[in-house]
Amino acid sequence: MRRGITATALVATLALAATACGSDDESGGSKSSGELSGTVTWWDTSNVGSEDKVFKKIAEGFEKKHPKVDVKYVNVPFGEAQNKFKNAAQAGSGAPDVIRSEVAWTPEFADLGYLAPLDGTTALKDQDDFLKQAAASTKYKGKTYAVPQVIDSMGIFYNKKMFADAGVEPPAKIADLKTVAKKIKDKTGKSGLYLRGDDSYYFLSFLYGEGGDLVDADAKTVTVDNAEGVKAFGVVKDLVDSGAAKTDATDGWENMMQSFKNGDVAMMINGPWAVADTLTGKEFTDKANLGISTVPAGSAAQGAPQGGHNLGVYAGSKNIDASYAFVEYMTSVEAQAQTAGELNLLPTRTSAYSKKEAVDSEIVQFFKPVVETAVERPWIPETGSLFAPLNVEYTKVLTGQTTPEKAAKATGDSYRKLLKGWK
Amino acid sequence: MAVHTSQSVAKAAGDDVARGRSRGTGNPPPPSRFRRALSVHWYAWTMVAPVVLVIGVIIGYPLVRGIWLSMTDANERNVARSIGVNEMPATYEFVGLDNYADALTGTQFLGTLGWTLVWTVSCVTITFCLGMALANILNRRIAGRSAYRMALILPWAIPGFVSVFAWRFLYNENNGLLNKILGGAGIDGIPWLNDPTWAKFSVIAVNVWLGVPFMMVALLGGLQSIPSEQYEAAEMDGATAWQRFRHVTLPGLRPVSTTVVLLSTIWTFNMFPVIFLLTRGGPGEATQILVTQAYKFSFEISPRDFAQSSTWGVLILVLLMLFAMVYRRVLRTQGDNW
Repeated sequence: MRRGITATALVATLALAATACGSDDESGGSKSSGELSGTVTWWDTSNVGSEDKVFKKIAEGFEKKHPKVDVKYVNVPFGEAQNKFKNAAQAGSGAPDVIRSEVAWTPEFADLGYLAPLDGTTALKDQDDFLKQAAASTKYKGKTYAVPQVIDSMGIFYNKKMFADAGVEPPAKIADLKTVAKKIKDKTGKSGLYLRGDDSYYFLSFLYGEGGDLVDADAKTVTVDNAEGVKAFGVVKDLVDSGAAKTDATDGWENMMQSFKNGDVAMMINGPWAVADTLTGKEFTDKANLGISTVPAGSAAQGAPQGGHNLGVYAGSKNIDASYAFVEYMTSVEAQAQTAGELNLLPTRTSAYSKKEAVDSEIVQFFKPVVETAVERPWIPETGSLFAPLNVEYTKVLTGQTTPEKAAKATGDSYRKLLKGWK
Repeated sequence: MAVHTSQSVAKAAGDDVARGRSRGTGNPPPPSRFRRALSVHWYAWTMVAPVVLVIGVIIGYPLVRGIWLSMTDANERNVARSIGVNEMPATYEFVGLDNYADALTGTQFLGTLGWTLVWTVSCVTITFCLGMALANILNRRIAGRSAYRMALILPWAIPGFVSVFAWRFLYNENNGLLNKILGGAGIDGIPWLNDPTWAKFSVIAVNVWLGVPFMMVALLGGLQSIPSEQYEAAEMDGATAWQRFRHVTLPGLRPVSTTVVLLSTIWTFNMFPVIFLLTRGGPGEATQILVTQAYKFSFEISPRDFAQSSTWGVLILVLLMLFAMVYRRVLRTQGDNW
């Protein structure tokens, strides 16, 4: 008898364990009677503490238009979002309905089949209104996989007060950058430039300045290891070695923002995404103290990368109709005008630039022409993969672990492994 | 009670069968070993079945799958995915041992292995020596002994990631406490995590800090199990303090210390959180150990390279198994019985 009980208990336990493993489905939305309902989860990657509040507010405004829809706002750190989304998307559970995808990630996500094509859906509205540069990254193999939310580029952010104390003007060339940094050091004792050493995105303007590029997609050629690439590695190494620039191999973002906000450095190279956070710093309680200028030119050219963010809909979303509507809402002229006014972020819709909020924002007005001439990267699936190998070598150069020549060569080698058949 | 009787009955029955066969009395062919084992021990089998099942599911399946993936060219782009309307079948292929050949002939694996060994040996050695010293100190009757013991166990009580993050703040080159203290003493700040050599030093220091409590507690337990008569006898014979330590304490601690060294080696070899949270393997790849690099292949680079990652995983497993085997053999030849 006792044995029978044990056996029964055993079977029961097993059955219990088996059912516990089963997944509980999220409540999907229905479109019966034409009204949107259900939950829309949005992964935002904006900066916590400054941008996120505004985006959360706008996102939750969607609930007012569609009372039956519940918007779940989740902020995922930008540095982790790409891999986090890929893990969740592939596993088929835990992925959001809508993802804020950096421009370089979008073709990659689309290529992997994680994004739903948006042509002919409610997500895309007034397509012709989008800036051409912004729309380019959303297209992959003839289909549209995302809607541009913001566009950006980079410039030099400088502390006007510190510049006045040192009696210098924003540097137009990298050679000037060094003399400006030296004067600042002599007059104020502070460092000139903070150069982010843990993220090679901040290296691109130097690479473009020497006339180089990561790859040439039309000629299917890796170009990072040519003479210009080597020179660019040399330029950043020289900036750090000569003391003109300060850098870190870890926590680059926090250290950069802290040093600039506290007036420990006079300049940083950054984009509109950093403006809202910068203005919370004690040096910038008077907003007019923040000066912005174009990135310094190198020996061959002057250029900054064109970046930005798109909104994509996860192909496996359980509530795809509401997600389309949410994406449309978040990229509407009104939403873009609001972020331009409150966060100084650049709209992707031409018509949003004529709105009062955008016209009144000095930063938007400054970056508008910069974005138009910014260097566009090739929108191939591998564009999002080019930074991981470059980060390693870039940091190695700045910390003196390798030479510019070796770094350029190692980066080129890993690119050729990634891009099968490229020269 | 019921269980006991039924077991003894089963045993007796088993004995009967065995005797029957040994006598070879032309009875119907004896049941196969497996069936006999089943009929005798079915109850035991039923009892362990859930455990076997669970282990099979949570250890066996991933292990087998890992070994399989390491012999293919699987990556993010060619594994099967089913996302909403998009249905993509797996297109990766079997490539035999190519991945192993690549890993073992390339410089990356061997280079990372080299640093992993330096990291493991230095961490375990320093942790063991410190743990031993502290255990000996705290084994004496000193004032406030329990307070000291509590304080030294503290690193163990804090969740690992919390203390690693705390250390990361301390190490920050510009705003960190350590450099502020150095600056106060007029010394230039040290690039704790920004210089490859200092970064190596820093990660080892944190791991030692985290590992000492375990060593200390384990060795303290070992010390207290050494009979005090042995010390008294040694003292009677005129042994100095050093000789007592060398010839009584060390041999007495042997069973404990061999176990903790083995455990600590395996843990340190695969100490993912310290490296990952402190430096992410950086600057560059200066502090990347085998596990963090394997993680990087699988989760950080894109396209995520599952094949290479599992190859490294299997190699780590093989290395640790070899280590454990050699270690055990050495101990056995020295007369330990385990």
